[in-house]
Amino acid sequence: MSIKVIKERCTGCGLCVHECPVEAIHMPGGKAEIDLETCILCGACARVCPVDAIDFEKPKVCDRSSLSEHRGVWVYCERRDRGLHRVSFELLGCGRGLADALGCELSAVVLGQGASKFANELYEHGADKVYAIDSTKLAAFHDDAYAKALEWLALEHKPEIVIAGATAQGRSFIPRVAARLETGLTADCTELAIDENGNLAQIRPAFGGNIMARIMCTCARPQMATVRPHVMKALPRVPGRRGELVKERPPAKALASDIEIVKTVVELAGEQNIADAELVVSGGRGLGKPENFNLIEELAEVLGAAVGASRTVVDEGWISYPHQVGQTGRTVCPKLYIAIGISGAIQHLVGMQTSEKILAINSDPDAPIFRVADYGLVGDLFEVVPKLIEEFRRLKTS
Amino acid sequence: MDIVVCIKQVPDTTDVKVDPETKTLVRDGVRSTLNPFDAFAIEEALRLKESAGGSVTALTMGPPQARAVLEEALAMGVDHAALLSHRAFAGSDTLATSYALSQAIRKFGRFDVVVCGKQAADGDTAQVGPGIAVRLEIPQVIFASGVKEVHKGRLFVERITEEGHELVSVPLPCLISVVKEANVPRYPSFSGKVRAKRADIPVWGPDDIGCDPGRIGLDGSPTWVDRIFAPPVKEGCEPVQATDANVADVARRVVDHIEGR
Repeated sequence: MSIKVIKERCTGCGLCVHECPVEAIHMPGGKAEIDLETCILCGACARVCPVDAIDFEKPKVCDRSSLSEHRGVWVYCERRDRGLHRVSFELLGCGRGLADALGCELSAVVLGQGASKFANELYEHGADKVYAIDSTKLAAFHDDAYAKALEWLALEHKPEIVIAGATAQGRSFIPRVAARLETGLTADCTELAIDENGNLAQIRPAFGGNIMARIMCTCARPQMATVRPHVMKALPRVPGRRGELVKERPPAKALASDIEIVKTVVELAGEQNIADAELVVSGGRGLGKPENFNLIEELAEVLGAAVGASRTVVDEGWISYPHQVGQTGRTVCPKLYIAIGISGAIQHLVGMQTSEKILAINSDPDAPIFRVADYGLVGDLFEVVPKLIEEFRRLKTS
Repeated sequence: MDIVVCIKQVPDTTDVKVDPETKTLVRDGVRSTLNPFDAFAIEEALRLKESAGGSVTALTMGPPQARAVLEEALAMGVDHAALLSHRAFAGSDTLATSYALSQAIRKFGRFDVVVCGKQAADGDTAQVGPGIAVRLEIPQVIFASGVKEVHKGRLFVERITEEGHELVSVPLPCLISVVKEANVPRYPSFSGKVRAKRADIPVWGPDDIGCDPGRIGLDGSPTWVDRIFAPPVKEGCEPVQATDANVADVARRVVDHIEGR
């Protein structure tokens, strides 16, 4: 891939300067000059140039014959407690569309002891095939062993696309798989589609959500992507839909781990993990003092929501770190996010602005949180929240 | 104990704005800063050195001005620093970046622990740490909230899980990626700043660290940006006074949304 200005053709019209999304083009001496440190090779300038003065060679030239032996869409299905993580079904919904567009099979991959028993549930959610490594060696999650097992499967069966949830588990071992396979991985995609050439187009936010990027991986296989929970939609379950179960037994060294878990401490016992929750109610400094967090908890309980918090109140020690939403905490994208007494510093906004709907309650009508909110209530939260709780209770019973 | 801490210079994302007219990124006046997560990595590396002895080397890849983040690390107390900077590295994605960094770490010779921040604030991928670990063929502890001890050739590390935390042990050498909870980073000392300014920081290109040219830069990057565009604009809302009627109305709309009506 390369880009250069053909100086003899450039008329210095400046269209490319305006078009460049990253301000990488300048016109010293009336001719366009591209700063390659800044340029992201998007090609916008070449498309707009009226005199074809920008020579832009887009996709890398590669031997596609080796790519064509890769076939099929895989969804890595993460397990959670005794069942499957909800993101697995959401990704099967997305993967089904990709497989249909390519005219290939959709496969689910499940690792760990008792993996095969999920097969029927996975067929009913859209999988044509289930690859299971049912081994006691994979009973506990170890990123090194899981990475080797998935790599082994991918080398054995050569999928074209592998998608996985951007959960704590996915984020720890999927990058290892991609590095071992020497292929591309695009994190936290918000949209996946098949382009006109049959490649996977991966859309993700960049620069703290300020801009969206379309990322391609045209010369390596499999094309790998992660997607956060709640971003894709699961298909309605089709009871009785069946597929093919492929049980695999990789060699023992592909399942070995160097990691030893000494002790596990569960802090969110009986509470929901905010990154996975469908509904999140968060409190901030507007609550005034730690005891007032009860109000947030009460509202969360009425809705069956998880409890979140802004960085300030976590730093103050009002609530523990697993509850923190924002750049240095967790990123959430629930169906509904309620922000109470949170003004909306950018560090907080980047962690929650992709939520499907946002309700903000703040005493300051100019609080930045309202700029990302769908519903906004201005008032004293100590009056508003009890009223809301009452309304929700009433609506729930009616 | 030979410790390497990998850090990155990033644009201050709080400065990045989208021009509402042209829908392009406005980079004028955007400051570059040490990736906020990397301060915790530097601090954790320094604490490990203080308890187990040895030295800490800070490593970054970027344009020549990325020296600034190495100076910051030196000012905090890091012993050595190295900068990977060359045109051939430009356009590297996470795979190519992790390859280049791992080649530099190999050049150091001995290393016991590689420390990274949880993720970079500009890309948010959290992929380079695991990528380095794979290239160096070492185990990793991702989302580490603190190193507890070194005992019989193993590192005992606490890490954050989705439900809480756990204590794990891994054989040395290993890589850890550090979360904010691990520590409170120290401030650079005045004498440290002076020393950092004067420090002779080597600048390495691909040949200095034995990089295969096909595995770095654009050629070594399987992923590439096809196009960038403005995100769907969120209009925000006109907040209303929280009267009884307005609260009831919002509550009803919220419940309708939750129930998918």
